[in-house]
Amino acid sequence: MSQRAASPQTFRLQGVSCAGCVKKIESALNEVAGVEEARVNLGDKTLLVHGPVNAQACIRAVESAGYGAEVAQASARELREQQREEEHRHYRHLLWRAGIALGLGVPLMVWGLITGEMGVHSSVQQFAWGTVGLVTLGVLMFCGGHFFSGAWRALLHHSATMDTLVALGTGTAWLFSMLVVLLPQLLPESARHVYFEASAMIIGLINLGQALEVRARGKTSAAVEKLLELQDTSARVIRSGKEVDIPIAQVQVGDRLRVRPGEKIPVDGRVVDGESLVDESMLTGEPVPVSKAAGDALSAGTLNKNGSLVLSAEKVGAETRLSQIIEMVKNAQSSRVPIARLADTISAIFVPTVMVIAVAAALIWYNFGPDPKVAHMLVVLTSVLIIACPCALGLATPMSVMVGVGKGAENGVLVRNGKALQQATDLDTLVVDKTGTLTEGAPKLTDIESEGDEDELLQRLANLESHSEHPLAEAIVTAAKAKNLPLGEVNNFEAITAHGVRGDVDGKTILLGNRKLIQREGIETGPWPEKAEALAAQGRTAMYAAVDGAMAGVIAVADPVRHDAQAAVKRLQELGLRIEMLTGDNKATAEAVARQLGIEHVHADLLPEDKETIVADLQKGGARVGMAGDGINDAPALARADVGFAMGAGTDVAIESADVTLMRSSLHGVADAVELSRATLRNIKQNLFGAFIYNTLGIPIAAGVLYPITGMLLSPVIAGAAMAFSSVTVVSNANRLRLFRPSQDSAKSNGGDA
Amino acid sequence: MESVLINFLGLAAIACTLWWFWLAPKQQKSQAAEASETLEILVKDGVYEPEWVRVAAGKETLLHFRREDTSPCAEWVLFPDLEVSAQLAVDKVTQVKIPAADAGEYPFHCQMQMYRGTLVAE
Repeated sequence: MSQRAASPQTFRLQGVSCAGCVKKIESALNEVAGVEEARVNLGDKTLLVHGPVNAQACIRAVESAGYGAEVAQASARELREQQREEEHRHYRHLLWRAGIALGLGVPLMVWGLITGEMGVHSSVQQFAWGTVGLVTLGVLMFCGGHFFSGAWRALLHHSATMDTLVALGTGTAWLFSMLVVLLPQLLPESARHVYFEASAMIIGLINLGQALEVRARGKTSAAVEKLLELQDTSARVIRSGKEVDIPIAQVQVGDRLRVRPGEKIPVDGRVVDGESLVDESMLTGEPVPVSKAAGDALSAGTLNKNGSLVLSAEKVGAETRLSQIIEMVKNAQSSRVPIARLADTISAIFVPTVMVIAVAAALIWYNFGPDPKVAHMLVVLTSVLIIACPCALGLATPMSVMVGVGKGAENGVLVRNGKALQQATDLDTLVVDKTGTLTEGAPKLTDIESEGDEDELLQRLANLESHSEHPLAEAIVTAAKAKNLPLGEVNNFEAITAHGVRGDVDGKTILLGNRKLIQREGIETGPWPEKAEALAAQGRTAMYAAVDGAMAGVIAVADPVRHDAQAAVKRLQELGLRIEMLTGDNKATAEAVARQLGIEHVHADLLPEDKETIVADLQKGGARVGMAGDGINDAPALARADVGFAMGAGTDVAIESADVTLMRSSLHGVADAVELSRATLRNIKQNLFGAFIYNTLGIPIAAGVLYPITGMLLSPVIAGAAMAFSSVTVVSNANRLRLFRPSQDSAKSNGGDA
Repeated sequence: MESVLINFLGLAAIACTLWWFWLAPKQQKSQAAEASETLEILVKDGVYEPEWVRVAAGKETLLHFRREDTSPCAEWVLFPDLEVSAQLAVDKVTQVKIPAADAGEYPFHCQMQMYRGTLVAE
């Protein structure tokens, strides 16, 4: 890896963990001849070296400083582009090989069909077919040489592959035909038939099948390519007051970046200046652009719509959320589904078994078949070897998983692995955390009733609550701010555990809390308890307010139900799932929400560990349980469930731990995930069925079981075509999954316009 | 005579197939190559070479795969027991991170199980 380069070189570093390491490495590099500037990016552990310098010298310098370094590989996007180019080249090669082989095989076959003269019965025919045999050998070597070299190499390793079958099949047909040409007298008159056209056609068809397969497979990874395209290649960094465009790999944590309207956010960060709408739909599926201002978080790959933003880079390179998502999707795409185990077992013993079957069938035909026995024996041997290739079986599950997982990512459903994808198909119970999943997760003031002016009471209560850290207090303060009510001074503030708060506002003593607080203070409640109970019956948290020892009113706070929750619950129920609600909230509130959403089973007043117990109990009862929660406080229950759905989090932790991460907060995402998993498993089953049928029916047919009915044996050419196109069929069927659309447009149900 | 010869050859072919692919002693793990930064596992012509690779148990390791076979068969390498898989670029070295594993043998293979190898954690 020795090289001299004037352009910057990037190295990946090992063992770098702190600013001290950065200094040591940069100092070591500055000693190296030719280094003009060396800069370590601690965030993604890379080293950027400017100047005409030898890469090995840089690596040695880093190693001398006590760390490891290697020349950085190209970015994922570049690698993918290189791979695409390679695929195109390979595709063209295969087409050429197919064209040449078929160019010989088709005329030969047509000749045989028209004249019927494919035998060697005279020295002229011997010479003519001998010439054809040599041309066929050239075609076999040029267009199918890789099958023969692959088969030989595998054979030396006691291994048998698809190459083994193709090489044996075509090689046997050619060798037999040459035997007929060279020593026809050794064979009975009826068996002096040549099969050069079969050899050439099989090689041509298999190359053509592989070419089509390569093309179809390219489409299966479209989802990852779309995600890779979200990654920008450069960023506009502000350094020393100047704005300069630099490659994305050189952005460091802490850099300030300018993102103009219409540009993508290059890295994860936080707005430090400016305001804008940011379209996050490519990452979250949420169709409505989100307003961003100073302090708000931004994710790489999202689109800045209308304002200029300055952001501070917090995560760069592989650390960004987008990179993690791409990595997760790629890993999930290559994972196995449990249903593939059967195909795995069969694939492992398949090729040698087929070789034994082929020889056994050939011997049966030779010993017990009708004349011409030798010709029949050869046709059966070749056809069985060729038709039996288990390519389609091997492709059946990975192709569907690849498309299914990718399709999920496009819909904001990140599936961790193939196992989760399969398990999601047969869930019958979904337990759902209430707060943040069925409800907004942020309490709001819903009612205020007072003896006098409502705004005056709200202002006093908001003043008091501005000193409290209770989640309900924030709702009251927010409501007052929304009405532009000024907040003043509070004296003698006191939080009374499990009761409420007390304090002096505008010279009056204000109390706000539950009924126990009012009773403790000996205040006459009058008719207010009835009003409070009516509010509680609607699922709201009602609080009593008193001013200077007399009841002043009742206010209620509630966590509003998400606007799309009812539709999502209905959709999940229609998918056959029984919904059970879990919440730490009180029973009355929980039941009110459940009534509103049509959920029958409610578990209220729960501690976090209770949720896990409930999931476990349901599983003991034979239920296959999915759990939808926000991914952090529900972690034990999410882990216990057969499939855990982390809702709308998209956080590093959720991506790491959940079976399925939903990039938006809507419960529709769970329904999308279930529908997608069912569609994927259905597709896998179709593929496996097709592949199994192909092999289990194909081998007996090639062995000649239909001969008594049809009076014909399967031509090796037809066997070759069937084998070549079985893989194409499986890959094409998997690609049908790309047409998957969730049954309900969640974007619309989210209130979006997409 | 011809009949005896053909039947003999056929049965011998069956016996050889069974012996060679299933019964014959394969390369032993004692011959496994030591995983290192310089060791490249060549993916070519239906086999991984070396097909036995030794790594240290309980330690994360990087394996370097060089795929020279452009056929779709060779595109992925899977380590099912370790839940590791990787897409292999053509004519390039692809690094595959192997997590710390207990001592034992871990088979790896392509998605059609035609390319086969074994990782020996010791």
